[in-house]
Amino acid sequence: MRSLIDILDLSTEELQELIETAEDIIADPEKYAEVCRHKKLATLFFEPSTRTRLSFEAAMYELGGNVLSVSSADSSSAAKGESVADTAKTVSCYADIIAMRHPKEGAAYVAAANASIPVINAGDGGHLHPTQTLADLLTIWLEKGRFTDLTIGLCGDLKFGRTVHSLISAMSRYPGNRFVLISPEELKVPSYVKSVLKEKNIPYEQTSDLMAVIGDLDILYMTRVQRERFFNEEDYLRLKDSYILTPDKMRSARGDLSVMHPLPRVNEISVAIDDDPRACYFKQVKNGKYMRMALILKLLREAGTLKTLPERSRT
Amino acid sequence: MTVDSIQNGIVIDHLRAGSAMKLYELLGLSDPSLTVAIMKNVTSRKLGRKDIIKIDGITDVNLDVIGYVDPEATVNIIRDGELIEKKSIPAPERLVNVLRCKNPRCISTTEQELPQIFALSDRERRIYRCLYCETRFSS
Repeated sequence: MRSLIDILDLSTEELQELIETAEDIIADPEKYAEVCRHKKLATLFFEPSTRTRLSFEAAMYELGGNVLSVSSADSSSAAKGESVADTAKTVSCYADIIAMRHPKEGAAYVAAANASIPVINAGDGGHLHPTQTLADLLTIWLEKGRFTDLTIGLCGDLKFGRTVHSLISAMSRYPGNRFVLISPEELKVPSYVKSVLKEKNIPYEQTSDLMAVIGDLDILYMTRVQRERFFNEEDYLRLKDSYILTPDKMRSARGDLSVMHPLPRVNEISVAIDDDPRACYFKQVKNGKYMRMALILKLLREAGTLKTLPERSRT
Repeated sequence: MTVDSIQNGIVIDHLRAGSAMKLYELLGLSDPSLTVAIMKNVTSRKLGRKDIIKIDGITDVNLDVIGYVDPEATVNIIRDGELIEKKSIPAPERLVNVLRCKNPRCISTTEQELPQIFALSDRERRIYRCLYCETRFSS
């Protein structure tokens, strides 16, 4: 059974196919409005999340499907000690596809290994979050029109920020990209992520000074320092305000910079930037829904649950 | 120092000096019913210094563990006093229930019944990663 655990489970051809489907959905949402009629998505969220769950649910409703939802570990059988494997087997009896978020790393892999329906990893602790990367990729595609020859700055919590790790993995597969990794010393990218860049001879630069590099960037991907990833509150408080993007700082950036953020933000991007045409983070939210729609369609079709899909318009 | 030759069992020779105790633990050789000899830091023409483990009476140890600890080691299987097989064990692609993931955030540390699986991600540097959370382990 085909699932999506890691963004690298999808080939670059498949990513392109998802992007084409998403663009077709954007162009003609009506065509897709009934495609998943009588199909059910189970959203199993064992960790707090608003936007990802709502995005999955909105995606399924816009495909004409239904949603079964578990919104916290406290209100589910997990609170009674049920294993992820048993939950996955049980939910497979009710739903056609699962989107799961879980605080433990590798939980989605365990679910996929035990479910008889496709599982989408909607975040497994600080590990992977591939559908956020799908949102990021569609945004880059729509803003830049390419995945190659880009200077991509990633700023903030690069240690625990799973969206950062996934985006680096995904963009490493395209030629000509360069990464600028901007973080305080304590929140640097883990060595295993850097080793991927080294192995592929992809140029990257590490710095703690955003202003020294902001003028070079095509994309600035900001992240939040996440309280829930710290064992120690003191460390969190010390590091949380390391970078705050302000209109003043944006004056040093290029006119065609795209500012991205997986959201939610706390205060790392000033609200005064929201009206700047270079701000793309709310577009990213919308793009996330379209990519989740495209992904649900792809996985249901591969599982044989959906027989036919609308013809994509050829442009 | 001499150790009697064995009639039935395994001799793990040419172990990298210093690796015998690790292998002893991972193979579960502390079982009181087993007869085991460990020779550490002995002179070797090939390696300079080496470790050797002799296990008397059993031949069915988990060979993957030997390949994980030292793929250059020589495994000699002895039956009725005769050497019947001599081989090296390449680092295995997967290690099942040999190592335990140390990442407190990993699903395998909370769900105790999950098998502990590590996959080889870099053969040259012998780096293994947890199948669930990708935490790195090197032998």
